[in-house]
Amino acid sequence: MAIASDINPYQGALKGDNAFAQITDNVSRIMEAPKPPRAWYIAMGFSLMLLAMFGASLGFVVWEGIGAWGHIHPVAWGFPIVNFVFWVGIGHAGTLISAILFLLRQNWRTAINRFAEAMTIFAVICAAIFPGVHIGRPWLPYWMTPIPNQMGMWPQFRSPLEWDIFAVGTYATVSILFWYMGMIPDFATFRDRSKTTVRRLVYGLLAMGWRGSSRQWHRYERAYLLLAALATPLVLSVHSVVSFDFATSQLPGWHTTIFPPYFVAGAIFGGFAMVVVLAVPSRQFFGLKRIITMRHLELMSKIILATGMLVGYAYGMEMFIAWYSGAIYEQFAFVNRAFGNYGWAYWTMIFCNVLAPQVFWSKKMRTNVWVIFFVGVLVNVGMWFERFVIICTSLARDFLPANWGYFVPSVVDYATLAGSFGLFFTLFLLFCRYIPMVAMAEMKAFIPEGHAHDH
Amino acid sequence: MSDTQAIQAEAGPAPLHGLLAEYDNPTALVRAAKKVRDAGYAHWDTFTPFPIHGIERAMGIRMTRLPWLVFVAALIGLANGVLLQFLTNAWDYKWLVSGKPFWSWPANVPIAFEMTILYSAFAALGGMLIFNNLPLPAHPLDLKERFARVTDDRFFLLIEARDGKFDEVDTRRLLESTEPLLLDEVLEDRVTSDKIPRALIYTLIVAGAASLVPFAAFTAARARHSEKPRIHAIWDMDFQPKFKAQRANPLFDDNRAMRKPVAGTVATGALRDDDHMYRGRVGDAWATTYPAGVQVTEETLRVGRDKYNVFCAPCHGFAGEGDGMVHKRAETLGQGWVPPSNLHQEYLRLQPVGELFNSITNGVRNMPAYGPQIEPDDRWAIVMYVRALQRSRASGLGDLSEAERSGLK
Ligand code: HEC
Repeated sequence: MAIASDINPYQGALKGDNAFAQITDNVSRIMEAPKPPRAWYIAMGFSLMLLAMFGASLGFVVWEGIGAWGHIHPVAWGFPIVNFVFWVGIGHAGTLISAILFLLRQNWRTAINRFAEAMTIFAVICAAIFPGVHIGRPWLPYWMTPIPNQMGMWPQFRSPLEWDIFAVGTYATVSILFWYMGMIPDFATFRDRSKTTVRRLVYGLLAMGWRGSSRQWHRYERAYLLLAALATPLVLSVHSVVSFDFATSQLPGWHTTIFPPYFVAGAIFGGFAMVVVLAVPSRQFFGLKRIITMRHLELMSKIILATGMLVGYAYGMEMFIAWYSGAIYEQFAFVNRAFGNYGWAYWTMIFCNVLAPQVFWSKKMRTNVWVIFFVGVLVNVGMWFERFVIICTSLARDFLPANWGYFVPSVVDYATLAGSFGLFFTLFLLFCRYIPMVAMAEMKAFIPEGHAHDH
Repeated sequence: MSDTQAIQAEAGPAPLHGLLAEYDNPTALVRAAKKVRDAGYAHWDTFTPFPIHGIERAMGIRMTRLPWLVFVAALIGLANGVLLQFLTNAWDYKWLVSGKPFWSWPANVPIAFEMTILYSAFAALGGMLIFNNLPLPAHPLDLKERFARVTDDRFFLLIEARDGKFDEVDTRRLLESTEPLLLDEVLEDRVTSDKIPRALIYTLIVAGAASLVPFAAFTAARARHSEKPRIHAIWDMDFQPKFKAQRANPLFDDNRAMRKPVAGTVATGALRDDDHMYRGRVGDAWATTYPAGVQVTEETLRVGRDKYNVFCAPCHGFAGEGDGMVHKRAETLGQGWVPPSNLHQEYLRLQPVGELFNSITNGVRNMPAYGPQIEPDDRWAIVMYVRALQRSRASGLGDLSEAERSGLK
């Protein structure tokens, strides 16, 4: 615990008579307040508007066919797949914080893991919608599952797109299990504090009769450790599989072995950026400043800086390998990426992902919420552009000049992209209000008062 | 309705469930737990808002078997992932992908891996719940109002009355020696009903029956025959607002969906107004010379030979004697067959090139037309080659030069 207490953000932050009760009060207050803060209503109104736009634009796409989106030959993947990879990427930080930081005993994570996990699940929901509609007949996705049928046919399990179904499906399921299991004791807290019958019933059902028996805690902790150990390779495998969608093809610009680690690093980078973007306003509006401290934001900024440099390294390495390979198609693909007709997207990406996080070298910047928030937003923009650059520049300029094209998104493309944020934020705001936003039990175990002193 | 007296007043005296001690910090609880453990109790437990580091040892809790369960689940998941892919893709419905073997395992690793994780994750959560005897809707402790703080900031220790060592006086004394904030009796729960509410049962029965209706409808539809076209729940692209070829369209006078080209329309490159080149005729007679576009060169001859060997040799034979493979086969079968002409016959040797060209283009008597399959200039090349074949059998000394003739002597 030496490292952990070193960076314990609660030395003094929770001073008072009863630290346990303070944590419970701080977190439960959000659910117990008769009304959420005004900012919640404003944000919710805005999110619902975007959500309505999402529903309308997707409905239009389903009704009209996916031609309503702007992608055409040769850029057949366009926005939907860019958005898919973007959201799946966002969905990685949650499990990473929960699982990997847990295994590494980085206990400061307790303040942020719950909502990072929630973020994961909501992001994966957003992600799954895009390929689901992009298949063109969204009522037939079960064709990708091995269901016995009258044609006697089975899915093609050697296709990376099929791996994707299993990887993303498993990831969504395991993330939900992990998230839910972490919440059982906190639901019990909510149940015991609830006054109305409905709340007692709902939280009671969710808590499954948890009463904090030590014999139960013992198995619970084991199970949690096991889930963390399972989720860690899972989180790495999922984005690797997503990168296989590209890497196993033969398209210059996609066909590279660096993709799996590069995608994983990018996902962590983008995911952490999203965590800070969500954490900064929520700690402000829900009065969690003593729980999600400046120290937390600073640590996350450092991770963003580190993973940003990894991503920058990958960009450089791609260029180097393109030159070093001696393959003219490869070389063209990368020169075109930076200086071709999508050059503007490439440099946006470089600016947001490589240059912007560099401000975090300065402690002053790392501890300024405005800077952190702003860089977080920039990194999200940059990570979206990274996927755009990979998908669109490579498809638009492949081997045959006769087969070249230029992808221009349609209005519906923009509407679905913006709309997916509506879904994400709506779910997130509901989560903030009704679900324990911070892992109270874990946090109580982490603060100095939570340790027994005579063994 | 939660204090001991109130419950007794309402439901009659209930037997003792156990003794409950309350503490306000983990250190006190762990100390108490050690005492209870050392006193040799078996049916007792502590209740805390969060897992306390080291309490397992203080209570003498043995390591759970959960990891083994998860391990077994992982193996089942792995086996399932491998078998699923093997049985479907390499056995039942063999997929040939890029010429790889039907079972090329590296490509099957990702799914096998995901299945392993999926099964183990379910086992971890499910096993935790089952071993922990959860969900557990009611417990005698729920009747203690103070006990609600167990999920907030208080720590409890309960010794159950069913423990063999339990004795109301001794146990109470033992717990008092641990200096709890409060020591209290817990009575068995005689208040909470363990009957499932009637309404819930009826709802479940009705909902369960209703959920079978669609399946029953499907089954009925499968068993019956119907003359009506099948129901299209989703149209896909089966119905489109367009007219297809060979269909009726009332918009036009002739009621056809297809429009015929205007009379005299000629497709690009299909004018073919050169009679010599395309029909082998000059004026009213068969052409005796090659058209201007056809070069009489060795190169053309070579093309002619290649095309002849492809299109004509199967019937007429490589040397033009009318003994090609098709002919031989027909002879063997003996089913009646007009033999392909021997191309070395006198009248054929004397035929103008235009007539030969016409025989290829339009066929002749029993021979089918080859015009649609062979380009005009290739047909001329074939004619040229047929002429060469004929010449090869019909040449005499007169065809040789003086020098060659003397060389033969
Ligand atoms: C399917 C077999 C078949 C093929 C292939 C075929 N022929 Fe014939 N050909 C015949 C038969 C059979 C006859 C005789 C028809 C008859 O007497 O009714 C014939 C007759 C002819 C004659 C004699 C026409 C006449 O005026 O009597 C010529 C010249 C001839 N073929 C040239 C060709 C050339 C050149 C080709 C290649 C482009 C060709 N044939 C390909 C079956 C074939």
